Amino acid sequence: MQGVGPEPAAGAGPESAAPAKKPRKRRRLKVAHPERCIGCLGCMFACSRINTGRASLERSAIQVQTQGGIEGDFVVVVCHGCDDPACVRVCPTGALTKEPGERVKFNRDLCVGCGQCADACLVGAIHLDGDKKAVKCKHCGACVAFCPHDVLELETVES
Amino acid sequence: MLRRVLYIDLTTGESWFEQRDGLFEEWLGGTGVATQLLLEECPPGADPLSPQAPIIFSIGPLSAMYPVMTKTVAQFKSPLTGELGESYAGGRLAMAMRFAGHESIVIRGRAQRPSYISIRDDEVKIRDATSVWGINAMRTGVILRDREKGVGRRSIIRIGPAGENLIPYAGVVVDTYRHFGRLGLGAAFGSKNLKALVISGTEDVAVPESRRYREVYNRIYNMVVQTDAMDKYHDIGTPININVLNQLKGLPTRNFQSTSFSEAENISGETLADHYLIRRVSCAHCPIGCIHIGMLKTAFTEHHEFEVRKVSYDFELIYSLGSNLGVKTPEGLLELIESCERWGLDAISAGVVLGWATEAYERDLITPQETLGVPLQWNNVKGYIKALENIVKRPNDFYSALARGVDYPSQKYGGQDFAMSLGGNEVAGYHTGPASIVGQTVGVRHSHLDNAGYSIDQKAAKKQLAPSAMVDQIIKEDDSRGVFNSLVGCLFARGVYNEENIVDALASVGINKTREELDVLGRRIFQEKYRFKVREGFDLARQRVPRRFYETVSTLGMVDPETVEEMLRLYRQRRGW
Repeated sequence: MQGVGPEPAAGAGPESAAPAKKPRKRRRLKVAHPERCIGCLGCMFACSRINTGRASLERSAIQVQTQGGIEGDFVVVVCHGCDDPACVRVCPTGALTKEPGERVKFNRDLCVGCGQCADACLVGAIHLDGDKKAVKCKHCGACVAFCPHDVLELETVES
Repeated sequence: MLRRVLYIDLTTGESWFEQRDGLFEEWLGGTGVATQLLLEECPPGADPLSPQAPIIFSIGPLSAMYPVMTKTVAQFKSPLTGELGESYAGGRLAMAMRFAGHESIVIRGRAQRPSYISIRDDEVKIRDATSVWGINAMRTGVILRDREKGVGRRSIIRIGPAGENLIPYAGVVVDTYRHFGRLGLGAAFGSKNLKALVISGTEDVAVPESRRYREVYNRIYNMVVQTDAMDKYHDIGTPININVLNQLKGLPTRNFQSTSFSEAENISGETLADHYLIRRVSCAHCPIGCIHIGMLKTAFTEHHEFEVRKVSYDFELIYSLGSNLGVKTPEGLLELIESCERWGLDAISAGVVLGWATEAYERDLITPQETLGVPLQWNNVKGYIKALENIVKRPNDFYSALARGVDYPSQKYGGQDFAMSLGGNEVAGYHTGPASIVGQTVGVRHSHLDNAGYSIDQKAAKKQLAPSAMVDQIIKEDDSRGVFNSLVGCLFARGVYNEENIVDALASVGINKTREELDVLGRRIFQEKYRFKVREGFDLARQRVPRRFYETVSTLGMVDPETVEEMLRLYRQRRGW
């Protein structure tokens, strides 16, 4: 199994708007091999630990769910980076925005916790945390380094 | 830090929290805290199955915070031994308790009718469980899963018919495939009319300095996944030891009549992994995934129609229900494991009881009338399946006797020399030498995991160890495990959590302890457990060692009684008793 470096989360830092270049490329988290998941929840703990400094399941943008209990299959639910995201369209405050060729950005300060984004995302990739703020994957890849079974990959896509 | 104890009184239906900062500051968490709660809550001499005897669950300060800190400790008065009952389980319980906000849970009293406890954060409900009473442990989990909220973050623990029928070695099934197996927590649940407990929560845990936390976390995580400290659990899992011990003449076979099993390869971890393993899963927040699930596929007609059952297997089960019963086929083994899983019986005790019964039957100490015609013979899986059912249902005196653990029927029918228990608890799967025997005798819960005597024997096989050196190592393990079990980490990771890592991990969550303080704490926790044991009548000077241990060759050759006596004497002396 692979380990992690001293700063595991490349790109896990604060939001920054990179200048748009051609061809436009962005990183996207991919659930490459869901059937390899062992249900350790390491990705969820990594997401909350690295992005919020806490141990939490609620604050993790990636969710591992069981389907029919531990003896059933695990399901990994996370934003898959749509080109035309419904969550952005329904957000009434502009907390969720997307520039062409960029990923969806989330401004937590603007979020009023209406939950419309969560309803709009059929994948179920957005939920509200205990503070009634949306939790949305920013495709930083922090979870990838803590998946012991290579379920997750960070891929580069052209928009 | 939480430092909160949730009290639930099933008699009155009330529940409340108490902030117990002092308790957690002094005793850290886990087993340290649970022992104090048991001493507080359990009146001396209480009947283990009475409403006065409490059930206690505890997690530790690193639970859900660090990898492989996955266990929850349960304490109770054991209906099997009449003294300290302690058992550990993984799964998702520790995480669920942490996020529900309860570091310990105390359950008192007895519900009026079959009930289950549902905990969501601060909300505690006691619900009617009459409609699931009598339903097997696996099915009960499925039913409650659909009834209760908290998908993905909850834990569901429940008993099967064995617990309901107060069998003193009934266990509690945790989240499918994990168990509070030993010493009869299942019967304690049953005596309280408690079928299950479901817990989930939405809290999260902040740390004083998140950067420091991440640094220590990464160091420990890397040790878990990269070094060979946990290597054996990655691949074959604990059953790797079947072939290892068989070669070392340490694998108990046919009720310890032999320590090598000619068919061991058939039921070895390697064979199971190659031909039966379908997946591995893990406890919450453990990257290892040591839970091995085998597929038991049985044709029920000649037309390719199959029953498919998914059965989790581990070393101890393969010993107790496999080699110890002379079971030669993986199918037979998996079927027996699955049967224990459904009834909710501890697989080690069940296998040891059947091992004794088979030998007693062979020696005509018991008759077919007594077994109700069930053939108790080595490798007769069908007979054993029926016998397990009879143990749970107790249709006559003989099965009622078997249902009390191996000591009682051997007193009644004879055959104490081969009734394989130590400290009243059916023994684990090792005949490695004197340290294993002494370790389980002196251990706080008479488990191989108290001080890993089997491992000391195996070291002695490579480099000779004097009895006094063995005793010293047993004491060192007894004491250091008091600390590790107060963090309630998985013992498979004990090599990763060395003193330095424990001190740093604790500091990262705001608990400052020195190595010396932890050493002292470990010793004190051990003494407190013995305080409970002695209070409830345990006397180390009067422990029985079954003669069979001296008649069958071990990894270290024949064990002679004088060595064991000498080690027990040294042990008492070093402990100052």
